[in-house]
Amino acid sequence: MNIDLSRRGFLRLAGAGVAATSLGAMGFGEAEAAEAAHVRAFKLATTTETRNTCPYCSVACGIIMYSKGDVKAGETAEIIHIEGDSDHPTNRGTLCPKGAALKDFVHAPTRLTKPRYRKPGGTSFEEISWDDALNMIARAIKDDRDANLLQVNEAGQTVNRWTTAGFLAASATTNETAWLTYKTVRSMGIVGFDNQARV
Amino acid sequence: MTNSWTDIKNTDLVIVMGGNAAEAHPCGFKWVTEAKAHRGAKLIVVDPRYTRTAAVSDYYAPIRPGSDIAFLMGVIRWCIENDKVQWEYVTNYTNASFLVKDEFGWSDGLFTGYDEEKRDYDKKSWDYKIGEDGFAEVDMTLQDPRCVWNLLKAHVDVYTPEFVENICGTPRDKFLAICEMIGECSAPDKVMTSMYALGWTQHSKGAQNIRGMAMLQLILGNIGMRGGGMNALRGHSNIQGLTDLGLMSNLIPGYLNIPTEKEPDWETYMSTRAFKPLRPNQTSYWQNYPKFMVSFMKAMWGDAATAENDWAYDYLPKLDVPTYDVLRMFDLMHHGRINLYFCQGFNPLLSFPDRAKLTRALSNLKLLVVMDPLETETAHFWENHGVYNDVDPAEIQTEVLELPTTCFAEDEGALVNSGRWLQWHWAGGTPPGEAKHDTWIMAGIQRRVRALYEAEGGVLPDPILNLTWDYADPFEPTPEELAKEMNGRALRTVPDPANEGAVLVEAGQQVKNFTQLQADGSTACGCWLYSGCWNEDGNNMARRDNTDPDETGAYLNWAWSWPVNRRILYNRASADMQGKPWAEDRPLIWWTGEKWEGYDVPDIGVTSKPGEVMPFIMNAEGTSRLFTRAMMRDGPFPTHMEPFESPLANVFNARMRGNPVSRMFEDDAQNLGSSDQFPFVATSYRLTEHFHYWTKHNPVNAALQPEFFVEISQELAAERGIVNGSRVRVWGKRGEVWAKALVTRRLQPMTCDGKTIHVVGIPLHWGFMGAAKKGWGPNSLTPYVGDANVETPEFKAFLVNIEPAAEEPVA
Repeated sequence: MNIDLSRRGFLRLAGAGVAATSLGAMGFGEAEAAEAAHVRAFKLATTTETRNTCPYCSVACGIIMYSKGDVKAGETAEIIHIEGDSDHPTNRGTLCPKGAALKDFVHAPTRLTKPRYRKPGGTSFEEISWDDALNMIARAIKDDRDANLLQVNEAGQTVNRWTTAGFLAASATTNETAWLTYKTVRSMGIVGFDNQARV
Repeated sequence: MTNSWTDIKNTDLVIVMGGNAAEAHPCGFKWVTEAKAHRGAKLIVVDPRYTRTAAVSDYYAPIRPGSDIAFLMGVIRWCIENDKVQWEYVTNYTNASFLVKDEFGWSDGLFTGYDEEKRDYDKKSWDYKIGEDGFAEVDMTLQDPRCVWNLLKAHVDVYTPEFVENICGTPRDKFLAICEMIGECSAPDKVMTSMYALGWTQHSKGAQNIRGMAMLQLILGNIGMRGGGMNALRGHSNIQGLTDLGLMSNLIPGYLNIPTEKEPDWETYMSTRAFKPLRPNQTSYWQNYPKFMVSFMKAMWGDAATAENDWAYDYLPKLDVPTYDVLRMFDLMHHGRINLYFCQGFNPLLSFPDRAKLTRALSNLKLLVVMDPLETETAHFWENHGVYNDVDPAEIQTEVLELPTTCFAEDEGALVNSGRWLQWHWAGGTPPGEAKHDTWIMAGIQRRVRALYEAEGGVLPDPILNLTWDYADPFEPTPEELAKEMNGRALRTVPDPANEGAVLVEAGQQVKNFTQLQADGSTACGCWLYSGCWNEDGNNMARRDNTDPDETGAYLNWAWSWPVNRRILYNRASADMQGKPWAEDRPLIWWTGEKWEGYDVPDIGVTSKPGEVMPFIMNAEGTSRLFTRAMMRDGPFPTHMEPFESPLANVFNARMRGNPVSRMFEDDAQNLGSSDQFPFVATSYRLTEHFHYWTKHNPVNAALQPEFFVEISQELAAERGIVNGSRVRVWGKRGEVWAKALVTRRLQPMTCDGKTIHVVGIPLHWGFMGAAKKGWGPNSLTPYVGDANVETPEFKAFLVNIEPAAEEPVA
């Protein structure tokens, strides 16, 4: 049974209660009240929580991502904070120096945002539309496969392998991506197929 | 891992050799700390460098890079000599009692059947004697001179403590102290765990390093136990998943095999996959191979895969070489024989050996397609970055497409951790700009190629046209649809073979797990090993119940583990021949008199009687293997081999360079260095602040470890006149790099065969893209040769030279 309690929601309520009581009990005057009014609102108070796992090593620590906006509700969501998931049996909320800086990966200055093309001999990338990029790939696959797929070997046996194209798959992608990649690549007859497990 | 991260808390002794878990897997390593604090467990570290794991160890010993087999065979020899053997386990649960053919032997560092010309063995003699009843012959008294146990004893006889000291550089007293600590775990209720990583795999005999420890763990009776096992601390977050799913040249999901040319038809392919038990009453679970294979073919090609066309067997490519692994592919590319290459979240320019060769290879492609969340060095290989990437773009004719993908935070699906847990995660952020999911990109490619074949015809269109594609949106299959496809379902109603008239699975329903798969085409399943991950109970990978009855560390209701949610592989071996747990304080499963039950899903038929059906159900023997028959290319026992670049000749056979059966391409064989030119041993390693080549894109991590350095001892620094923090040049046969020198006491010179051995440590996190200072990786220097069995490159032991260099000119 999975009860997905919002821990932050709980803390938010508890925190507000503590602040109100201490202010009253200690008899703070106007100046203190004005100071309290300047205290920045808790930054995670209005965020959406999403459970994920750290993408780096295979300990696979549980993490909680906090976003402004909710992708599940169809909104634009910006991740503003990531921390360890204390419910997770392996890491119990802790993270290493890589996991603790995950937000920097999501918002890295060198993240790619547009498909780009580099022509033969070119000294820079140029922008290209997704449609043009995928059409260029499909045409290259079709032409090279038609030209180079070896259907029959010297002994006359059916071998149907295509050795002039190769595919490196990513072992930080999901199983689901991997399975779709497997289907697509293998059905074309590609044998030069590997992932990071090879190294 | 045979066990899980959380299970490590159950151990009595941890040995970290071939890894540096405290630094590379910090949050998993906390379970070692837990075992030390609460069980009084001890930690041994054996490593060329005094690592951060060594810093919290109870005992540390140095070892020369690439000499692990000698060390491990030395420990096995010591255990046998000192009766530190779990005898009931060894006799019954390993193949110690099996008799081996009389022709088999070993001399001069080589096993019988070596062919120097072919660089290969004729492995005929590496097998059991088979009796007239068709079963392997055994001698349960272990007296027969041809039984595996006696052959092993003879094989390890040469690995004395003196031999180990001489080859490994490990002082004899330290080696013996470690043997004593390990030997205690031969008690049936004492357990050691082995934690290793790329420090063992990245050698030309990496697979044999790991076998060496697996054999030791079997001799101690530590496989299948809580707190025991062989625990590969895998690298990337889903490297386990991609391997399980067979995204490798020679694999089909679930460790089935892509056929070779020697198997041109289904019948021939299946004929070598009968997996007939080698002993009476044994399970030999791979006998179900046809069910898994047919269900896979149905998942791929649905109605187009029929009994009449041998399940579309012709659609599968047939290999003419063992693998088209990455080394072979880049060698072919180097010779201009590859036109089109895809890198999906992979940065080969920094990941494979001999970077100069990689750049030349990529320059020969017609089209390179890179899909990645980040700007990788590979996508920019043609760009001039001064000394860091000294190329002339005008001379490189390769077209490059750089495609932006989502990262983990924007993606949904499952990743498989080291402990085989499939954990579901959810998307929380909007992809930046036009970045797209990999599934959207792959579907876009498949749909477009398919449309071209439909419109134009072409060569062999059927495997593409008939590929199963039952997705609501063919241009963006959902993670749920894909996960369900991997789990498998009934294509028509499957009758229950055990109950006449009853139904096992209704047509269209998800199968419960792989026990319901059929070989008659009535079920489809993308990956039998994952069957059960998303069945009629729903998405089991998304389960988040973290209760743990009696705190065994199993967490059976957290996520889902392959196979069938089992958390410790071979757990039947945690109980004795009567089914009683060896360790009373840490029971795992037990025999009630009628069935197996316990804290984990039993790794045996639940009613299989103890003493009759042996624990290693996947093996035809029913036992584990101390002797691997002909299953590995370089020998049925591990034997000491030097790295391809080594300061020492092989003591068994001076003519033998590296692994005698490793594949070596001709150009690369000419490109090996020798110790007269390159006197120092180099090894690559990782830092806790970085993950491979990704985190140098993150400002925080780039600030924590901003600059490429190499690590050397005070002695080597003094010998070469190198000052801590100064700039040095490191060069080898294939390239050169410049780095800051880090002079430490973590590296100390060793003495091997009378020679002083200096080690140079080279971390691997820098390149010419991202937020960190530009630098190099060890792959500018490493040799282009891989492990004889799996072609993992030899990154952990190679030769270099080092000298002071002028400071970098300020621009």
